[in-house]
Amino acid sequence: MTTIDNGVNVQALLDAREVLKGAPEAAQFTWRASSRWQNGVHSTTTIQNFFGLGQEQSHKSETVFTADHPEVFAAEDNGITPIEYLLVGLASCLTAGVASVAQNRGIQLRSVESTVEGNHDIRGILGADSDVRNGFNDIKVTFTIDADASQQDIEALVAQSQKRSAVFDALTNPTNVTVEVA
Amino acid sequence: MIGAGHAGLAASHFLRDRSVDHVVLERGEVANSWRHERWDSLRLLTPNWQSRLPGHRYEGPDPDGYMTMGEVIEFIERFATVSRAPVRTGTNVTSVRRTDDGYHVTTSHGEIRCRAVVIASGACNRPTVPQFADAVPASVVQLTPFDYAGPTHLPDGGVLVVGASATGVQLAAELKRSGRPVILSVGEHVRLPRLYRGRDVLWWMDASGVWDQRHDEVDDLARARRLPSPQLVGTPERRTLDLNTLAAMGVELVGRWAAVRDGRALFSGGLRNVFSLADLKMRRLLDTFDEWARAHGCDAEVDPPERFAPTHVPESARWQIDLRSGEIRTIVWATGFRPDFRWLDMPVVDEKGRLLHEGGVVGSPGLYALGLPVLRRRKSTFIHGIEDDAREVIDHLTRHLAVRR
Ligand SMILES: Cc1cc2nc3c(=O)[nH]c(=O)nc-3n(C[C@H](O)[C@H](O)[C@H](O)COP(=O)(O)OP(=O)(O)OC[C@H]3O[C@@H](n4cnc5c(N)ncnc54)[C@H](O)[C@@H]3O)c2cc1C
Repeated sequence: MTTIDNGVNVQALLDAREVLKGAPEAAQFTWRASSRWQNGVHSTTTIQNFFGLGQEQSHKSETVFTADHPEVFAAEDNGITPIEYLLVGLASCLTAGVASVAQNRGIQLRSVESTVEGNHDIRGILGADSDVRNGFNDIKVTFTIDADASQQDIEALVAQSQKRSAVFDALTNPTNVTVEVA
Repeated sequence: MIGAGHAGLAASHFLRDRSVDHVVLERGEVANSWRHERWDSLRLLTPNWQSRLPGHRYEGPDPDGYMTMGEVIEFIERFATVSRAPVRTGTNVTSVRRTDDGYHVTTSHGEIRCRAVVIASGACNRPTVPQFADAVPASVVQLTPFDYAGPTHLPDGGVLVVGASATGVQLAAELKRSGRPVILSVGEHVRLPRLYRGRDVLWWMDASGVWDQRHDEVDDLARARRLPSPQLVGTPERRTLDLNTLAAMGVELVGRWAAVRDGRALFSGGLRNVFSLADLKMRRLLDTFDEWARAHGCDAEVDPPERFAPTHVPESARWQIDLRSGEIRTIVWATGFRPDFRWLDMPVVDEKGRLLHEGGVVGSPGLYALGLPVLRRRKSTFIHGIEDDAREVIDHLTRHLAVRR
């Protein structure tokens, strides 16, 4: 096989899979975010530390996310709406999956672009119709991929990336969520 | 030898061949699983010509047909008779322990000491049911394929069939034909047409060598061993029973059942992707068949290559159903089967209850297994797959006995 490089260290991932098979404790990760109310519906959330491989870990630097509502919601629009962060998560997770699976399958990628659309009936969150849910009704992701591979292989990449995606799973399957007051 | 299904009987055939003294212990009767653990309408999904055991094959008038349960029982019984297998029926094995020079076997009819044991007790002893079944409201009847005989035994009203492998698609179709509303919850599955290029798709699996692929050649053995059964049914019309067929019959498709919350069944929103995965895998398999046909000059003997319509994605699939509303009166769990090794008093199973073995050779010397998924080949759990496996495992066993003597 000619060396293809999508910049993903697949060997490290495969090695980790082997090691963690025999060490399920080390595979337990906890991701954390801390949020602070600013004013109105504007908040900032910072992320830096997480737990995994049996110990505290840290990103190279702290990242700050600003969330707000747009002006059409009579807000200041200091940042994107919280539900849009789900689209960010989904797109980036699937894209990472495409790159990793392509690397593993020896497919050189030239470009991977996607658009994500989440359809949302806001009567739910406004309490205007109790039959309408609060969250997305459906989400559509469209990939445009340029790679050294057949259409069928590209479709298989995208299918496999969904199969192994954390965010795809978190959005398509129910998750227990506990919210408490400290 | 533990178990008088086709696997235990095939092993017995080779042991007799090599003049090894043995008994076949069977808790029920010969072919017990086919007698007591299958539903009434079931036919094999493998064609008659493929039903072959060592020195024994189908010789009836319809090689392309599919055996009914009565015919399977007769077929296996006849094999037991002609191979003169020393079967002790009604003998339940309750414990197998290691001793200094072999094994101590406790049965419902006394104790046996032996130098080697072959586990041929079957891969499908217990239906698998997800944990959240406990949270299903008591007003809904729950059945496994072991409890299911036919539609007439079910209450009237809606049925939720869970799982879209061979069992699930067959039961969904039968229940739909009985006039009930049927919802099928679909996770990852294996789609196959009944006929491909004019031949049974299992002819292709056999001829192209896919089924002969050995356990040490398979890329991801753990995954191959977990692979669900294909969406196939054996009918005189040789029809395809995929999700498009079921949808056309009026079966409603929903995603993989993920959880029960407040009496509601919650289904995954990932239905489209499980369709894509199955469609892509089927296409890849058909490509393999086409390549094989071309390389072996068989193109002229079969019809031209075909491609099948993708699985149709419903306009909108429901992702929740209120189980207290009365819409669903019965749930049928077609969520797979697993073996039962609780009587094995030895540390030879992993934390998930799977037997640890290498091609049927278990870590404990003189202990062997047959009939488990991809034991030595992709075809290991099928009737026609036992011959090669049993020969090799019994060869190993015979060498083991010779060395220790
Ligand atoms: C629904 C279904 C459909 C199938 N359809 C096909 C098909 O179309 N074609 C095909 O080739 N294969 C098919 N199979 C797969 C396979 O052929 C069967 O599972 C077959 O029964 C396996 O044979 P076996 O000898 O390995 O196990 P079994 O037939 O299960 O035999 C094991 C025997 O061991 C006995 N036993 C178990 N535990 C003990 C114990 N502790 N003490 C004493 N005796 C014990 C049991 O009573 C049983 O008789 C199907 C399987 C299922 C579940």
